[in-house]
Amino acid sequence: MKYVIIGNSVAACGCIEAIRKVDAQNPIVVISDEKYRVYSRPLISYYLGGKVDESKMYIRDEDYYEKNKVETKLGKKAVAVDFKNKEVILDDGEKVKYDKLLIATGGKPFIPPTKGFELKNVFTFIKFDDVKAIDEAIKNGAKKAVVIGAGLSGLKAAEALIKRNLDVTVVELANRILGSILDLEASKIVQDELEKHGIVFKLETSVDEIIGDGKVEKVKLKNGEVLDADIVVFAIGVVPNIDFLKGTELKINRGIVVNNKMETNIEDVYAAGDCAEGYDFVFEQQRVIPIWPNAYNQGETAGYNMAGVEKTFDRGFPMNSIGFFDVHMITAGIVVPTSSDIEVLVKHDKEKNTYRKIYLKNGRVVGFMFINSIDRAGMITNMIKEGFNVESIKHRLLEEDFGYLDLPKEIRQEKILGGAKA
Amino acid sequence: MAKKIFPKEDVCVGCHLCEVYCVYAHSKYKKPNAKAHELVKLYIKHKDSKPTPRILVEEKSGTWTTFALQCRHCDDAPCTKACITGAMKRLEDGRIVCDEEKCVGCWSCIMACPHGAVRRGENKKAASKCDLCLELGEPACVKNCPNEALEIKEV
Ligand SMILES: Cc1cc2nc3c(=O)[nH]c(=O)nc-3n(C[C@H](O)[C@H](O)[C@H](O)COP(=O)(O)OP(=O)(O)OC[C@H]3O[C@@H](n4cnc5c(N)ncnc54)[C@H](O)[C@@H]3O)c2cc1C
Ligand code: SF4
Ligand code: SF4
Repeated sequence: MKYVIIGNSVAACGCIEAIRKVDAQNPIVVISDEKYRVYSRPLISYYLGGKVDESKMYIRDEDYYEKNKVETKLGKKAVAVDFKNKEVILDDGEKVKYDKLLIATGGKPFIPPTKGFELKNVFTFIKFDDVKAIDEAIKNGAKKAVVIGAGLSGLKAAEALIKRNLDVTVVELANRILGSILDLEASKIVQDELEKHGIVFKLETSVDEIIGDGKVEKVKLKNGEVLDADIVVFAIGVVPNIDFLKGTELKINRGIVVNNKMETNIEDVYAAGDCAEGYDFVFEQQRVIPIWPNAYNQGETAGYNMAGVEKTFDRGFPMNSIGFFDVHMITAGIVVPTSSDIEVLVKHDKEKNTYRKIYLKNGRVVGFMFINSIDRAGMITNMIKEGFNVESIKHRLLEEDFGYLDLPKEIRQEKILGGAKA
Repeated sequence: MAKKIFPKEDVCVGCHLCEVYCVYAHSKYKKPNAKAHELVKLYIKHKDSKPTPRILVEEKSGTWTTFALQCRHCDDAPCTKACITGAMKRLEDGRIVCDEEKCVGCWSCIMACPHGAVRRGENKKAASKCDLCLELGEPACVKNCPNEALEIKEV
């Protein structure tokens, strides 16, 4: 039995760790086109902003592969998979045989066709090498930055660039920032904070053309405005990184289609993480959920099943915990109501600058948005996961000190004492 | 299998002494041989930060129910799977600990912990949670609760 994993990020970790819980011996091979050992993608903005150094980028100890008996092929790209002969073909011509294969190739930046994208100092914001290159440009004197996209990674990029003393303008097509996780009111709270730190926003427009002679000099927006720029960072979003598998018998919709065991339509082939399209428990549909905990959980589930231990993961849904300067927010599930049968609970304390909003459906939490009031939010996330009926404690959910004391004694006791199982 | 601390709400008097001992047990100002009842000036107050106990006494005004909750050291610890830095991790003996040097305070663990057992530590810089008092042998809260409202058990 030989396990092969394409991709070396958190989904791969989940897979390795699950396999090794139940199979100590059989070989595992990890292939990645990046040369680094497993590092944290979310930490690239912290690296750029100077908060973590290279040694802290790695999410597992140095002896991780050795301890887990993993053979790595780093800096090598998988260019094709021969599903019939069960082998992965690498860019240097090497063929790697597998008995069980996990595809965990994650996401790649989404780039709309843009004139001038090929100019020097135009960057994406996904990989360690991306921020090393941006860092280099700053050291070479870049002073003005334009960030395209006011989503999670775009704003994290903007925050890091402001910390490096650049002038930063963020361009966003939607009418608000963080549109995927916040409503209009919440997004205003966060925008205020970011503006206070000097970030300038251009909403409801996008980039038309990047202008420069070899190197970026200006960015022309769709609204006609022209901004000076030494660097441009594209952070509009990610799409599954699966081009090399298109046109094969592997079933692909938006991402690689998997069931709740992370099996694809091809026997012995699994997929997990940002490249996979699994079941979203809150939205009740197949979706790509490109977030870290989901990637770990899917990778772990794949690992167990690859090693012959049947496990299912059918509780995936989007959740995010993110902060900018001193504003922290946690959101999960539905954040913009999708149907009229959703009940809304909301509390906006302007003085304390806190915001709590919760969506209920049939007496159960299906989503929430907490800003600056996040302690114990995991209890609510877990209620979504469990489908816990909150009808009797509804209004306590908006309180900052919501806790186990708000639950009936038997339930509380069961959760705490049986909490070992969580 | 990890050990876990079990709070007994029927005997907890809500005195918060567990919090005091917890802070002391993790204080860098600790005197090596001080006994529990000699708890005198064992913490030096900083200007900008209040010590965070790794235990959480739940109490609600108007009710007499109180108990002290701490990390359950879950078998399937969701905090470790959500942590973006690898700071939150399981040790070989089964305990879940946070490497506060590595933690960046993103609070993904707070988002994921079903018990709300992770706190934001001093200056809200790093996650602070029960480590079962690694170096003391026995958790300080369990040892010093005046009414034996906390118990450590292997499960
Ligand atoms: C800046 C930024 C900040 C983020 N912040 C957060 C956050 O705070 N919270 C959160 O939940 N999520 C966050 N995310 C999302 C999170 O990083 C991803 O969900 C997670 O990394 C997905 O993991 P993965 O294992 O699926 O794949 P990825 O992390 O995308 O890794 C895939 C790996 O496979 C490699 N690969 C791809 N194709 C091939 C090939 N053909 N051959 C060989 N190797 C290949 C890639 O180079 C890469 O190393 C952030 C993402 C970014 C970019
Ligand atoms: S912090 Fe929470 S999720 Fe993590 S082990 Fe403790 S109780 Fe479980
Ligand atoms: S706050 Fe620290 S321990 Fe918690 S998830 Fe973030 S980095 Fe990990």
